[in-house]
Amino acid sequence: MRFAVLQFPGSNCDQDCVHVLGNVLGQDADYLWHKEESIGDADAVVVPGGFSYGDYLRTGSIAQFSPVMNAVKAFANAGGLVIGICNGFQILCETGLLPGALVRNRSLQFRCETIFLKIPTADSPFTSEVPEGRLLRVPIAHGEGCYFANDEALAKLRADDQILFQYATETGDLTDEANPNGSLLNIAGICNEGRNVCGMMPHPERASENVLGADDGRRVFESMLRHLEAKTGVGQAATAEV
Amino acid sequence: MKAKIVITPKKAVLDPQGKTVQTALEHMGYDGVKAVHVGKYIEIELVGDAESWWPKIDEACHKLLSNPVIEDYHFTIE
Repeated sequence: MRFAVLQFPGSNCDQDCVHVLGNVLGQDADYLWHKEESIGDADAVVVPGGFSYGDYLRTGSIAQFSPVMNAVKAFANAGGLVIGICNGFQILCETGLLPGALVRNRSLQFRCETIFLKIPTADSPFTSEVPEGRLLRVPIAHGEGCYFANDEALAKLRADDQILFQYATETGDLTDEANPNGSLLNIAGICNEGRNVCGMMPHPERASENVLGADDGRRVFESMLRHLEAKTGVGQAATAEV
Repeated sequence: MKAKIVITPKKAVLDPQGKTVQTALEHMGYDGVKAVHVGKYIEIELVGDAESWWPKIDEACHKLLSNPVIEDYHFTIE
């Protein structure tokens, strides 16, 4: 599968994403500069973390107007898989591809630590390969990751099972202590109504190899791969050959 | 001529900066501080007439300068 990893001025997790997708998972992964107006023949788009445009004005607010984002919007609206990680999540919210917004952490601290994620549903192209009940242990690193949406939007997220990742304790409890930034409902990641666009504050690409301490993050990318394989028939063909 | 834009967090949104400033003011001995809200102030220097700028500044506030999910804004052009 071919992944396009966007690069804005100030992106800094783009190389990690290309490394994991290309070297660890053996896929085609290419950088895509923000001035490009097409995503080419990519099967999925990754909006990586960092500090696009220096986080000026609001995190993700300037990046939404980059030429490449028009192509990403069209791709997403046609059902294409898009994942935004950290600053990528903020950009997707600002763009309007995901509901809500990410504001300053309640503690006002930049939080850089490893957390546990509860996965409320396997029914998404981003969580299907997470075994039921399994928590994911992945790092976070952000100052503005406090998820906010109004009551109506939150109710809709719950009703439609759009909450994909929640900050939890080691035993899977959704407590205030386990919530590193004050996000409503301990939300760490969500998907859109069509379930093809996902945003998450934690960094699965930083926990995709055991040599780095954990490989739980691979489950997110592997879920995307299974979805794409099922969609294109590549997976079935490979299984048939075996 | 300038557009003077004030952007503040919506009431429903957590404003930890405002809370922290409020606590500091109370520690300094200022009694009677009910609440503090920390926002942004933006000035845009303009050429042309105020009336025609009004809807454009309003649109710019809505699309870029503020995020209507979390912020309110108001502005003057003078």
